Amino acid sequence: MEELEQLRGELQAAVDPDQTMIVVCHGTGCVANGSQDVTQALKNALAEAGEDIKVMPGIKTTGCHGFCSRGPLVIIKPANVFYQQVKPGDVEEIVAQTILKGETVDRLLYKHPQSGDALETTDEIPFYAGQERVVLQNIGQIDPTDLEDALRAGAYAGMAKALTAMQPAEVIESVTKAGLRGRGGAGFPTGVKWGLAAKHGDVEKFVLCNADEGDPGAFMDRSVMEGDPHAVVEGMIIGGYAIGANVGYVYVRAEYPLAIKHLEMALDDARALGLLGENILGSGFNFDIRINRGAGAFVCGEETALMRSVEGKVGEPVPRPPYPSDKGLFGKPSVLNNVETWANVSRILDRGWEWFAGLGTEKSKGTKVFALVGKVNNVGLVEVPMGIKLKEIVMEIGGGVPGSDHFKAVQTGGPSGGCLPWEDAELPVDFDSLIAAGSMMGSGGMIVMDDRDCMVDVAKYFLGFLEEESCGKCFPCRLGVPRLRETLNRFSKGQGTVEDIDDLYSLAEAIKMGSLCALGGTAPNAVLSTLRYFRGEYEAHILEHRCPAGVCKDLITYKIDPDTCTGCRACARACPQEAISGEKKKPHTIDESLCIRCGMCMESCKFGAIQVF
Amino acid sequence: MLNLTIDGKKVQAEAGWTLLDTARQHHIEIPTLCYHEAVEPFGACRLCVVELRQGDNSRLVASCVYPAEEGLEVHTMSEKVKNVRRWILEMLLSECPASEAVREMAAEYGVDSTRFEVRNPEEECILCGLCVRACAQVVGANAISTVGRGAQKEIGSPYLIPGEACVACGTCVTVCPTGAMRARFDRVRGVPEVVMAKAGK
Repeated sequence: MEELEQLRGELQAAVDPDQTMIVVCHGTGCVANGSQDVTQALKNALAEAGEDIKVMPGIKTTGCHGFCSRGPLVIIKPANVFYQQVKPGDVEEIVAQTILKGETVDRLLYKHPQSGDALETTDEIPFYAGQERVVLQNIGQIDPTDLEDALRAGAYAGMAKALTAMQPAEVIESVTKAGLRGRGGAGFPTGVKWGLAAKHGDVEKFVLCNADEGDPGAFMDRSVMEGDPHAVVEGMIIGGYAIGANVGYVYVRAEYPLAIKHLEMALDDARALGLLGENILGSGFNFDIRINRGAGAFVCGEETALMRSVEGKVGEPVPRPPYPSDKGLFGKPSVLNNVETWANVSRILDRGWEWFAGLGTEKSKGTKVFALVGKVNNVGLVEVPMGIKLKEIVMEIGGGVPGSDHFKAVQTGGPSGGCLPWEDAELPVDFDSLIAAGSMMGSGGMIVMDDRDCMVDVAKYFLGFLEEESCGKCFPCRLGVPRLRETLNRFSKGQGTVEDIDDLYSLAEAIKMGSLCALGGTAPNAVLSTLRYFRGEYEAHILEHRCPAGVCKDLITYKIDPDTCTGCRACARACPQEAISGEKKKPHTIDESLCIRCGMCMESCKFGAIQVF
Repeated sequence: MLNLTIDGKKVQAEAGWTLLDTARQHHIEIPTLCYHEAVEPFGACRLCVVELRQGDNSRLVASCVYPAEEGLEVHTMSEKVKNVRRWILEMLLSECPASEAVREMAAEYGVDSTRFEVRNPEEECILCGLCVRACAQVVGANAISTVGRGAQKEIGSPYLIPGEACVACGTCVTVCPTGAMRARFDRVRGVPEVVMAKAGK
């Protein structure tokens, strides 16, 4: 342990904190927007400027900074000057102005959405100011492919403390006292789970990391693995030590190639330094981690199905009991936690349970990472203290809803969760409040919807997702989810009766109570939560044959307002059905019998002359 | 011995018995479709659900896999239980309307028609997986598999490629609760080699 701290000290001393460092985000979002080209352009420009620069700045590529809608992001340290939507063509100016003269390039700065002021540094930007970064503390700071950089930021300090100064039972006690609850969905107390497996004594055991993130729109775990893989590795070593396991498995979906690559590099580097493998840090504790690629089945995120998949069997859930803490992977006591939970474990051991227990609410400690997506200005990855109001996340950190002062609904918890209405804007976001409101925390997807989103259609979407992803083993889920969707399909065509709504409740109850695993057990939530808060919208479809949001194709018509139409012909050109006719410079009309209600005319109209009824 | 109550009646169970074992031992009827004594219980059809009550808490569990425990209060015919069974049976009526066994069981629960769309009026298979488990656990041939996922799931040979693993013993046809396996037998077995030889292939 002394050697590790000595190495850490040397590494930290080798870097001058005042030296200019150009940080380029290489998270998946920024890479997709061309950040690799920006990095290359920066290298070229710096080489070209050559002798004009007194002290050559370093370039560091990091994981996701979270502000994905503004990527590619370039941050100049130590002043934290924040440049957004940087293109390779902007690089020359950055080097000439900021690096050589120390002046900011104003046009690349982020503008405050309300005041329009240019904000210079990350700390001033509301998106970052409202966050509390614990799990994400190193992401965006460190190069995830460089163990030395991770060590500088404190990686493996918690593990060293656990392995050399604490008994396994003390580690479990720390995690229990910290109040950490599983970040994968259900919020089961992590320390309790560990204790259940540890009590089996000296038998073979396993720890597993659930990295089979599959909720639509969710990318929290991917970002953590890509941006700070060592936090996950460290957490798993600590967990292995605590319960007495010598082997860990990371079950990660094959669709995450960058996460797998960074994890593999982290494992190799950690092994080379003696942080993983036999006799870690001279403690006598042996532990190694293997990576298992999943083929992308959503149900394999369910713990028993995940374990069957690791065993090489069909990824279908099996009934509990026996619980995995008694009979899990290969029939041995096993502990499965998700990526974010393992990363939290590293922080708790490093900074102490007292610190962690001071964050969040009474029953939901710590922070939660959310993937904020949908109709929100600041799409991206955010980490907030538990108990923060829903409104603060969406309207302040998220920068609000484009063109509106409120959201219609926020969907949390993925397909298992539910939709919360604007009336719940003040709702504290923690495990128990979300459940009471008919949704759930889930793994951290947060989809913002506005008045143009139809709640019947949203429920149908999630049911369609689950219908495809149901493993088909148990009857209530395999048969029931498609039948729920069949009923909603009729609603969206304006068919059905109010009695059908009662039937929906009854069938939903049967699926919830009767299903084998949590996929089926929570599948009806999309229907139940939208019915709870938006029943009027359902009734509008059934009784008035009307879709208030203007989404359900069978219930809407597009019309051109003759007073506003200028006859510019833009809509007629856009229409794939050639359903729009009219003379140039005279009001046009839509032939309803040809119209397929795709909405392309409405998008093409610059004058707002096309409306949906 | 473990002491528990089923539908208000005090019963005893041996350690290792499931709730279904216990109920049947005491002549309490619980319906099943995917259960067979010859193979490991699977917990898939969920017709055998029973309600466990503890104070104000209540939950449904599959009796074929849930172990008997001391002090359990089990209800086999509560409203919650019947609601699950009725919906499963109504959905089965639309999914595999040709199955006599399903129709009979549905009638017992007062379900004689379905509100849902019937896709294939000839369908008998309920996808209980008994054929798969019998072939694997009793015969040891592993010639049958479920293929696909969710609503697309079907019974066939692994990867739907007829293999040579089938020994044509007929066990799958015998355990099939609906008779659906009769029509699927050739799909699993493929064309026997003798026939192939005669055809000159």
